[in-house]
Amino acid sequence: MIEIKDIYKSFSGNDVLKGISGTFKEGVTNLIIGGSGSGKTTLLKCMVGLHQPDSGSVLYDGRDFTAMDYGERIEVRKEIGMLFQGSALFDSMTVEENIMFPLNMFTDQTRSEKLERVNFCLERVNLEGKNKLFPAELSGGMKKRVGIARAIAMNPKYLFCDEPNSGLDPKTSIVIDELIKEITEEYGTTTIVVTHDMNSVMGIGDYILFLHEGKKFWEGSNKEIAHTDIQELNDFVFASRFMKAAKDKF
Amino acid sequence: MNFTNFGRYILLLKSVFRRPEKLKIYFKEIAKQMDYVGVGSLGLIAIISTFIGAVMTLQIAFQLVSDFIPKTIIGSVNRDSSILELSPTISAIVLAGKIGSAISSEIGSMRVTEQIDALEIMGINAPGYLILPKIISGITMVPMLVICSMFLSIAGGYIGGSISGAVTPNEYIQGITTDFNPYTIVVALVKAFVFGFIITSVPAYEGFYVRGGALEVSQASTRAVVISCISILVCDYLVTQLLL
Repeated sequence: MIEIKDIYKSFSGNDVLKGISGTFKEGVTNLIIGGSGSGKTTLLKCMVGLHQPDSGSVLYDGRDFTAMDYGERIEVRKEIGMLFQGSALFDSMTVEENIMFPLNMFTDQTRSEKLERVNFCLERVNLEGKNKLFPAELSGGMKKRVGIARAIAMNPKYLFCDEPNSGLDPKTSIVIDELIKEITEEYGTTTIVVTHDMNSVMGIGDYILFLHEGKKFWEGSNKEIAHTDIQELNDFVFASRFMKAAKDKF
Repeated sequence: MNFTNFGRYILLLKSVFRRPEKLKIYFKEIAKQMDYVGVGSLGLIAIISTFIGAVMTLQIAFQLVSDFIPKTIIGSVNRDSSILELSPTISAIVLAGKIGSAISSEIGSMRVTEQIDALEIMGINAPGYLILPKIISGITMVPMLVICSMFLSIAGGYIGGSISGAVTPNEYIQGITTDFNPYTIVVALVKAFVFGFIITSVPAYEGFYVRGGALEVSQASTRAVVISCISILVCDYLVTQLLL
């Protein structure tokens, strides 16, 4: 379980996060949603320690991450897997080397054991046999899947995904969403996905936290999201013609 | 570099020299970087050093108009200039352009494509993993390149003098073997060590803190080369003042 308490963050006097609190449940897909500039990615980066919040705390199973020293943070980070918006694959390495990299750094496994794990992860994301390709040779969707394979290589307890569907076609987006959902359920990870894609919200949003202008406006599940009277949330949810038409119809 | 940047540079270096997670991986990276910095730059340094040595001989001969000065002095002056100043400094400035810009754009591109964030999320000390192998290769390979440059510069002087007839081979050989002070080699190697550190650490700093996109990465590369060159010249003066 990950808890955030009263997170504030500003950049050069511009307040981006204004006292956000919430609890992300274990073994389910938690979504942070909101419009562009609402502070979703900043919140995610504060949670994983890429940004230091101005105040507030992030608790991983009760351990205060924000108060930890460098060595303690490294230990928590070994339990974290992250899928980046642009996949962030190391472009000088092959797919195999990318996935094997954390195993090389932190385990004493033999080469064949590591290779077995790499092949398992690639199979899990339906990319068997793509070991020797370089990131430049992969499509956007394949890069995301390799990113997921690398993120799960170390069996993480917490999985973070930053805009996993950005730049993907609707069909590939659904494949990625389903993959995230399956991995969460299979391994019982605490998964946190930052997105503004309503398909993802309706498809995999077990717990949703809605941000607007740096503040938490709503929290709940995808079953409840279409039935609120919060204007800001309704503006976000029914912004697309499809969702608006669906609402009018039913 | 203003004081804020200098402070951040020092803090980055502190992170660079943290204990590595796994030495084996670092050794592999160091070997890769040594190959790139050392072997990859040898051709360029060889061409530049040979021609500079040849041109130096011609210019010294041109300036020595007095019949009272023996021609052997051409060899002596060329030797001392090459060892003390030209080989370390010119090599370092050339390497700052070649290696410095490459380091800055490599690390800068990794920053803007979130590859550095990915390293940090995995629990890896990104400054250590990315910068330490480069610094170690710089402080070991640049002195070796400078040693090659010294030999080639002096050999270039021999070739230039012989072809042009500015000095006979015998006079040149006599010049370079007369009154040789081995301490000049020590001074040159100290300079090369310092320059090797600057050439790798300053561009790494510029790349590591890039914010933005492709434009900012290219600007950081330019800044890295300019700051490295200025730092090399300042340190050149300081080391010379301290050691001679």
